[in-house]
Amino acid sequence: MGARRLYESGLGGSGDEIYAALLEAHKGLSEAESEALNARLVLLLANRIGNAHEVLELIETARSYTG
Amino acid sequence: MPAYPYAEQPFIRPPELDGGRTDAPVAIVGAGPIGLSMAIDLALKGVKTVVLDDNNVVSVGSRAICWAKRTLEIFDRLGVGERMLEKGVTWKVGRNFHGRDEVYSFDLLPEAGHKYPAFINLQQYYVEEYLLERAREFPDLIDVRFLNKVTGHEDGGDGVRLSVETPEGTYTLDARYMLACDGANSPTRTRMGLDFSGQTFEERFLICDIEMKGSPFGDHDTPERWFWFDPPFHPGKSALLHKQPDDIYRIDLQLDAGADPEAEVAPDRVVPRLRAIVGDKPFRIDWLSVYRFRCMMLDRFVHGHVIFVGDSAHVVSPFGARGGNGGIQDVDNLGWKLAAVLKGEAPESLIDSYDEERRHGAEENILNSSRATNFMTPKTPAEALFRAETLRLAHDQPFARELINSGRLSRPCSLAGFPLQTPGGGPVVPGTAMPDAPLGGDWLISLVQGDFTLVGFGNVRLPAVPGIRRIGVDQRGDYPCHGDAEGFALGRYGMGLAYLFRPDGHVAAVFDAPTAAQVGAARDRALGRIPAMQEAV
Repeated sequence: MGARRLYESGLGGSGDEIYAALLEAHKGLSEAESEALNARLVLLLANRIGNAHEVLELIETARSYTG
Repeated sequence: MPAYPYAEQPFIRPPELDGGRTDAPVAIVGAGPIGLSMAIDLALKGVKTVVLDDNNVVSVGSRAICWAKRTLEIFDRLGVGERMLEKGVTWKVGRNFHGRDEVYSFDLLPEAGHKYPAFINLQQYYVEEYLLERAREFPDLIDVRFLNKVTGHEDGGDGVRLSVETPEGTYTLDARYMLACDGANSPTRTRMGLDFSGQTFEERFLICDIEMKGSPFGDHDTPERWFWFDPPFHPGKSALLHKQPDDIYRIDLQLDAGADPEAEVAPDRVVPRLRAIVGDKPFRIDWLSVYRFRCMMLDRFVHGHVIFVGDSAHVVSPFGARGGNGGIQDVDNLGWKLAAVLKGEAPESLIDSYDEERRHGAEENILNSSRATNFMTPKTPAEALFRAETLRLAHDQPFARELINSGRLSRPCSLAGFPLQTPGGGPVVPGTAMPDAPLGGDWLISLVQGDFTLVGFGNVRLPAVPGIRRIGVDQRGDYPCHGDAEGFALGRYGMGLAYLFRPDGHVAAVFDAPTAAQVGAARDRALGRIPAMQEAV
């Protein structure tokens, strides 16, 4: 299990808008389509961050909530 | 019937069967590309070897076909590089397809000023043939014994006694070092009961050589490497296409994990698949094989006086061409060290640096080859999902193309940070395998490799140090100097810097104003003499 890092908000007050957009993006999709959309989104966000160290920390933090 | 005419090598009765003895300090087990290269490398340094092989023909089947630039540069030093380049098929562009669409292409050597290209394709039987002919140019130093099977060995602490079986009887052979170049299924490794651990991949691959006139590379007549994910002719699987000399093409097809090897090589199964790739062109099947691969390595490559070199020490999946190329880098690393130890120029502990440096190389190769294989053969729904979406995005998203992994092709391994190198900076950092550059009518790699060599680029004076060759680039001195008309050498190495190269062409140290003492110390450090000197103090 990876180490969990605690993140302060970086959403700049747009949290509700971003959250709603995520839900909206999945509307009407099958489970498989939703999973594929999430995978694409993860790849795009990872590329946008572009720094292996930061991406690995995010992966570890996400993974630390499993189980 | 293969197109290549296999010549049976004669059995020559070894002197030991009649009470004779060899004084060769090194016994090499296996006359494949690694064993033969090892013998040539040691012969170039005046070290005698006996090479023992249980077989009497060169590689059956084309097997390793992709030889990387660094390997060719090492073969250049061994005296066979130019011949291999002339016969081999040069390529540098790879294209990846998803379905019908090309999604990513790469050019492995976009810049000029190198003697050797990024890759050539050349069947392993030619590589072995050329190496064997080269080895025969050293009749006083290399004794190649075919149909001599090593059946046992015993490390007595100061040397190894080998038991050898021949058609005319058995004998024992004593050597100071035994080099196990006996391949992926190394009998030496099995005999010693050494743990060979790593990952086995379940998927089987059909590997097929066909002889065919006319290029299958679409409108391109230039040989390339083509790789398909989920091609229309082989749905859900991957395929790879390479060109070899003599109008022979290599086709690799991924099969199901549970595929039956015998059924897969049946003509009624193979021919329609090949037809789907090459169309209506007439072709002839030259060689077929079904294989499964492993990524594994030994914990240590050096066990007393037994040293593992090449596939006997580490195996990888073929995607990335890191098997044969990794093994030749082992040879390059070990040859000068073993010769220096045998001549009393370096402490025996220098051999341990081979273990350390080349385990690093093997780990890098295994990491890259495992990642490629995991991309090509997803094991879980999540792995399949990420691969599918990466391929989907790659059709128009430039960033996703970089994630497609059909094999990260062999690059020279960097030895930066290992103790033989003197820490320092420069455009080429210590530990790096030397970049080539044209020098007048010659090439930097051809001039430098083989001995400890100090090269001055531009305005830097080279001190004389006994045992170290000196070469000047774009300068005048009382040693051989060469012009740098096109500026490649100074562009790559920097202006006013001196580089000390190890005999294997890796940078040992970089100086801006070297003194004889500094250069001598860096050479001693590369020969592993420094710890001994510290002990003396």
